Amino acid sequence: MKALRVHQGRMAPLDRDNVDTDQIIPKQFLRRVERSGFGPFLFYDWRREDPDFVLDRPQYRGASVLVAGVNFGCGSSREHAPWAIEDAGFRVVIAPSFADIFRSNCGKVGILALALPEGRVRQLMEVASEAPDTELTVDLEKQLVSAPGFECGFEVDPFTRECLLNGWDEVALTLRHQDAIAAYEEGRSSVQNGSTPPGSRLQSQHS
Amino acid sequence: MVQLQPVPVTAGYIRPPMPRTLAGKIWDQHVVRSAPGEPDLLYIDLHLVHEVTSPQAFESLRLNGRRVRRPDLTVATVDHNNPTLGGYEAADEISRKQMDALRDNCEWAGIKLYGLGSRRQGIVHVIGPELGLTHPGKTIVCGDSHTSTHGAFGALAFGIGSSEVEHVLATQCLWQRRPRDLAVEVDGELPIGVTAKDLVLGLIAQVGIAAGSGSAVEYRGSTIRGLSMEGRMTVCNMSIEWGARVGMVGPDDKTFAFLEGRPNAPQGAEWEAALDRWRALASDPDAAFDEVLRLDASALEPFVTWGTNPGQAAPISGRVPEPGDETAERALRYMDLRPGTALQDIPLDRVFIGSCTNARLEDLRVAAAVVRGRRVHPRVRAMVVPGSATVKLAAEAEGLDRVFTEAGFEWRDAGCSMCLGMNNDVLAPGERCASTSNRNFEGRQGSGGRTHLVSPPMAAAAALAGHLVDVRDLTHLPPGEVVPERRGWGSGRPTPTLPGGEGVSG
Repeated sequence: MKALRVHQGRMAPLDRDNVDTDQIIPKQFLRRVERSGFGPFLFYDWRREDPDFVLDRPQYRGASVLVAGVNFGCGSSREHAPWAIEDAGFRVVIAPSFADIFRSNCGKVGILALALPEGRVRQLMEVASEAPDTELTVDLEKQLVSAPGFECGFEVDPFTRECLLNGWDEVALTLRHQDAIAAYEEGRSSVQNGSTPPGSRLQSQHS
Repeated sequence: MVQLQPVPVTAGYIRPPMPRTLAGKIWDQHVVRSAPGEPDLLYIDLHLVHEVTSPQAFESLRLNGRRVRRPDLTVATVDHNNPTLGGYEAADEISRKQMDALRDNCEWAGIKLYGLGSRRQGIVHVIGPELGLTHPGKTIVCGDSHTSTHGAFGALAFGIGSSEVEHVLATQCLWQRRPRDLAVEVDGELPIGVTAKDLVLGLIAQVGIAAGSGSAVEYRGSTIRGLSMEGRMTVCNMSIEWGARVGMVGPDDKTFAFLEGRPNAPQGAEWEAALDRWRALASDPDAAFDEVLRLDASALEPFVTWGTNPGQAAPISGRVPEPGDETAERALRYMDLRPGTALQDIPLDRVFIGSCTNARLEDLRVAAAVVRGRRVHPRVRAMVVPGSATVKLAAEAEGLDRVFTEAGFEWRDAGCSMCLGMNNDVLAPGERCASTSNRNFEGRQGSGGRTHLVSPPMAAAAALAGHLVDVRDLTHLPPGEVVPERRGWGSGRPTPTLPGGEGVSG
């Protein structure tokens, strides 16, 4: 996963609430067995039905921060959605709220799904519409979003932050705890054989 | 004087008697590692795999020289893109490639695969319970957002993305933050003709499509207790449609009766031991939930969606509402509906009975009871896609296939089919469909297609009428045979006698 510490880029405003992952990447593109190459199909149906779709306007070409409405990424768990967003050149998605699985998937892909208060997102939406050349700086280290005349701190899950800052491979991280996993598995099989009451292993671990 | 009870002391640690929720108990039993500031490392008991969200995960494993840690806790099937007519041969090249990749990956890793042609193949959330793989107290994941279905058995089950699929394959664990505990208390008797599907659509219409975000939901109350296991699965299945990754019901005798004797259920002395463990899983009576929502089931009607998300739903007796915001305006434009139109006046082109929400045997029985002896409206193309090959065979053994085909329904092979339209089963642009599936998003069932979510009996009735219709009032349908004896409606109560028998016209 690509590390993300400080990102600077222009914004594209997608002023819609409840954008679901079926819109982000329609199902006909889920049959690929590769992880890359989904970018051209991002918002495929919306782009096809509307030649003036916001992401296709010249002023938003090359934008790398997607600004959207509440509950972004709801619906299907398809990681193809953040793959498509990343492949289309975006590193940060800003919205008032995200669906849980989508937000989690973003963290694994190297995209920062950044929740800001609705009023602040509205402000960014306006900046992006009126001054599309504005460069937004997203500083994950300082947890600060800024642009000329705009500054806003943000909260982010500390574990996701660490992984993004360092570009960590979560599997490698977990494999460091092989011993704990093996120990758990040992206790687990005795629970299933009925010799240990459930939860007892954990309680002793906490004691 | 009051005698003070001795406080239990374990190795110098005084454990407060903290009442816990069902989700909390299962969580606690699965923590492999817990450290301040970190999410918990949670052990996964069962990983279900299908062809669409797994190829990239297997590929990444191989690229990194990793192996599948517990192939014995991993089960795969083909469901999302397989044809429902003509088998493997009928699939296009890209779909075959994806199914082939799953077969090769399962061979490579030693994972049990129920592929096309297997008598056990089917929608992953239908076959898990069917095979007795889904148990109370298990942690269950799958690269599919409807994994919450398994929560109907008192399992902690949730959907994950492909990176997490890879993570579970490699480590049998996941990093997870503890969700907040949300209870949905449903009391009151479901009126005749109102199903588990209507219950959950009614709930989502009331609370909105993001109300469950960040939560593990426990469905409780007398109505939930009264539901069959199939009905509970329908309710838990739709949890993600209001934002919750986890939806669950405390296990009870119905749960145990469903599982007993199934291929992967514990047997003999292990069964008895399992029952003891499972009975202890209920939320403690004084367990604290972060939020409690209440729903009166007796006030529900059959529900139908009018918009492009599952929360845009209304009782069938209602009308298309005035749009309250831009989202609703956009939805009405997409759905080509005008405010004030009676929902029952909306004509249909297609009817789909299928999906992990509503394609189990009980769903097909209830739909067949409505259809029996009647004809599909000439304008409508209607299809039934059983949730699994097992459901299909069982339905055929009861003659349900003939009930459907004689009425003019297509009777297909098992799969996700037109719930998401990854195979050839899609709506044409502008086509309007009553569907027993779970999502009415724009283009979900086919680019430009329009979806109205309904229950199985409502879908069956709509197919006959040619428009959305209240299944409780079938007097205007063509004559049909009255079938009062089938158990069903998702409530475990007998199916009511339907009006509109021989000689009724209109």
